[in-house]
Amino acid sequence: MQWLHKDLLDVSQLSRSEVMSLFETARHFQEINERPVKKVPTLRGRSVVLFFAEPSTRTKTSFDVAGKRLSADTFSLAKSSSSLTKGETLKDTALTLQAMAPDAIVIRHWCSGAARFMADRLDCSIINAGDGRHAHPTQALLDGFTLYQEWGDLSGKTVLILGDVTHSRVARSNVILLNKMGARVRICAPRTLLPRTVKSWRAEVFHDLDEAVRDVDAVMCLRLQLERQKQGLLPDLREYASTYGLSARHLEKASRDVRVLHPGPMNRGVEIASDLADADCSLVLDQVANGVSMRMALLFQYMTRKGGEE
Amino acid sequence: MSRMDLLVRRAMFEGREVDVIVNEGRIVEIRDCSAEIDLEEFEQVEDAYGLQLMASMTDVHVHLREPGFEYKEDIRSGLGAAAWGGFGNVLCMANTSPVNDSASVTEAMQEKANIYWPDGPRLFPIGALTKGLKGDELAPVAELRDAGCVAVSNDGVPVKNTDLFRKAMDYAANFGMTVIDHCEDPYMAVGVGVNEGEVSDRLGLAGQPDVAEALQVSRDVLLAEYLDIPIHLAHVSCEKAVEIIRQAKARGVKVTAETCPHYLLLTDEWLAEPENEYSAMGKVNPPLRTERDRQAMIAALNDGTIDFLATDHAPHGMHEKEVEMDVAPCGISGLDTALAATWALVQDGTLSREAFDRAWVTGPAQTFGLPVNRFQPGDTADFFLFDPEEEWVVGPGTMHSKGKNTPLAGATLKGRVKTHFLAGKKIV
Repeated sequence: MQWLHKDLLDVSQLSRSEVMSLFETARHFQEINERPVKKVPTLRGRSVVLFFAEPSTRTKTSFDVAGKRLSADTFSLAKSSSSLTKGETLKDTALTLQAMAPDAIVIRHWCSGAARFMADRLDCSIINAGDGRHAHPTQALLDGFTLYQEWGDLSGKTVLILGDVTHSRVARSNVILLNKMGARVRICAPRTLLPRTVKSWRAEVFHDLDEAVRDVDAVMCLRLQLERQKQGLLPDLREYASTYGLSARHLEKASRDVRVLHPGPMNRGVEIASDLADADCSLVLDQVANGVSMRMALLFQYMTRKGGEE
Repeated sequence: MSRMDLLVRRAMFEGREVDVIVNEGRIVEIRDCSAEIDLEEFEQVEDAYGLQLMASMTDVHVHLREPGFEYKEDIRSGLGAAAWGGFGNVLCMANTSPVNDSASVTEAMQEKANIYWPDGPRLFPIGALTKGLKGDELAPVAELRDAGCVAVSNDGVPVKNTDLFRKAMDYAANFGMTVIDHCEDPYMAVGVGVNEGEVSDRLGLAGQPDVAEALQVSRDVLLAEYLDIPIHLAHVSCEKAVEIIRQAKARGVKVTAETCPHYLLLTDEWLAEPENEYSAMGKVNPPLRTERDRQAMIAALNDGTIDFLATDHAPHGMHEKEVEMDVAPCGISGLDTALAATWALVQDGTLSREAFDRAWVTGPAQTFGLPVNRFQPGDTADFFLFDPEEEWVVGPGTMHSKGKNTPLAGATLKGRVKTHFLAGKKIV
C-alpha cells in the first residue's frame, strides 16, 4: 500500500488497515531474521539517524539492527555524545541533523511532544521512539504484532495493562492501538499511578489485580520506575510487588491460554514474578524479536514513501 | 481668559461626539462637539475625528525584566508597549536580577523609567515580600515603600511557610502595603504551566491542578480574615478559586482579585489543537484552564467577584519559547494585545462595558491608590484615542514589547491606540 505519512508520532495517526499492512510487512521481514545471512539490500544507500536524548539500549539496538538488516546506514546520536549536553536547543540539533540529509530520524526524548517538535521543523521522516510519557508507537505496534502472531485477530480479546499508567507512554499508545484493533482494554494500577482523568480513556479501570485479571487473554506488565517510591506514589517495592506484581497465582483466574507481555527492561520480582517471566506463557522474548521485524517494516514504509501528506 | 493647554476635538465618547478641554494636566470639561469653539484659545489641538476617547488603563501585574533580563524586555521597551497598549500606570514585579528587595533596585527602575518615559507611563515597582524572593526572611518593607514601591509580593514563588506568610502580611500591613499573592500550592503546582486534566493526560504532560490554586486562595482569604488586613490575589484562573473569593467577599473579607485576558480568551484545549500541539506559547502559570473555568472567570469579572484585570505580561526571548514544552519558561507577553483582545469581548457582549472600565481603569487604580480618570472635571487627564475599527495582526512587526511570545500570534485583532495622553501630555 502507498504510505501517506511523513512521520510516525503516535498510533492514533494510523488507520486499522495501515496497522494491518504494517503487521503483514513485519511478518514478511520476519523471515529475513531467520536466515543465516540476515541482510537484504532494500534500503541500501539510505540513512537513518538514531537520536536518543534519553538512555535506551533496547529500543536503540532494535532500530539499529532493523536498519542494518535492510542495508540502511545507521548513525547514532546519544545524549552523552550529543551537543544537548552543551546547551544546544532541540531546534538546533534538529536543523543540524537535517543538514546532514538523512532519510529518517528515530527520536527518543524525555519530553512529551519532542517528536512532534522535530516533525514540524524537518522534511525527513521522524519516527517517534518514545517521547516523555506521551507516546511510544513502535512499542505498541510490536506488542500488537506479537499478539497478532499469537491470535491472528485481536478482535474480542481482552488485554489488561498493569502498572504505572500515569507515567507510561507504552500504556497510552497501547490503549489506542488495542482499541483500534478491536480488543477490549483493561487497566489496573493503584490510584497514585493512574491519571485523575483515566475515566476518559477507552479502558475499564481496576484497582484490584485479582478482579482485573479475571478472564483476560493477555496481561501487559509495565515497568515500574524505582523512583516512584521517593515521589510518594507508593510506600515501597515490597508492598507494590505484593499488591500489583503479577504472579502465577493471578493467572489462574485469567483465560486458560493467557499470554504475558513486558516491554522491558523488567524488574523481576516487582511488577512481574521472576518465574512468570520465564514461563511458557511469557512472550517477552518474542516481543524483542518482533520488535526488530516491526521496526524493519516501519523503516521500510517511512523511508520509501513517495510524496504523500505534508 | 488665559489659554487652555489642550483641546481634543470630535472624539467619540459614550455614543456622542465630544470636545475635551484639558488644563494643567486635568480634565476641565467634556462637552458636546460644537463648531463654534475658538481654536486660538488652546495651546494644542488634537483632532480625534473617528476615534474613541478612553481613559488610560492600569496594569498591576507586569514583568519588565530589568535589571537582569534585558534581552527579554527592558523598562524602555516594556513601557513603550504599555503606552501603545493603553496603559498609563504599570506595576512591575520584583523577580528581576537582582531581585527588587532594596531601595537601590527600586530607585534604579524608576530612574530608567524617568529617562525614557519622563511623562509616563508611570512605573510603580512592587517590592519583594521576602529577601531574594527566597521565602526565608522578610524584605525591608518600609525601605521599599519609602523608595516608591506600592505593594509587596513574592511573585511567582509562593511562600511555602504559612507562618512566615502570615507574619509577612502583618508586617507589610504595618506600613500600609498590600501583599499580592501568586496563589498556588508550591508543592502541588510545580510550574509546568499546563492544567491537570484530560488535555494534559492526552498529551502526556504533567499537569498542575486547579485545587492547588484554590487551596492557596483559601489560605490567603482565611489569613486576611483572621488578621483583618487586605490581600490581593494575582491572576486567579479557576472556578474553584472564584467560589472561595465570592464567599469571602460576602463575609466582608478584604480580598481583591485579578484575572488575566488569557483566562477569558483561551482554555487548555488550545494546547491540543493540531496547529498548536505542544506549543510553549500556551504555557503559562497558572495554566490555561477548562472551558468551565473560562466561563466562570467571565461571569466573576462581570459580577465584580473578580475586581479587575491585569496582563501578567511575561515577555521571553523567542529562542526560550521555541523548545520542548517541559523546557520552556512560563508566560505570555500581554501588554500589546490586552486592550484589543478584551475590547473584543465587550463588542461581542461577553463583558459589559461597565466591567471593562472597572477591570482596566477604576478597579486597579483604586485598589493601589493610583491616579484615575473618570472624565470628571479635575480628574487627571489620562486618556488615549482609540481607533476601534483598525485591524492588525499580532506579530513581531506590530508588537512593541520585546517579548513576542503570545498564543495570539497570527490572530487578527480589532482596535488600536492612536495617541495617548497622560496628565495632558502626549506620550505617544
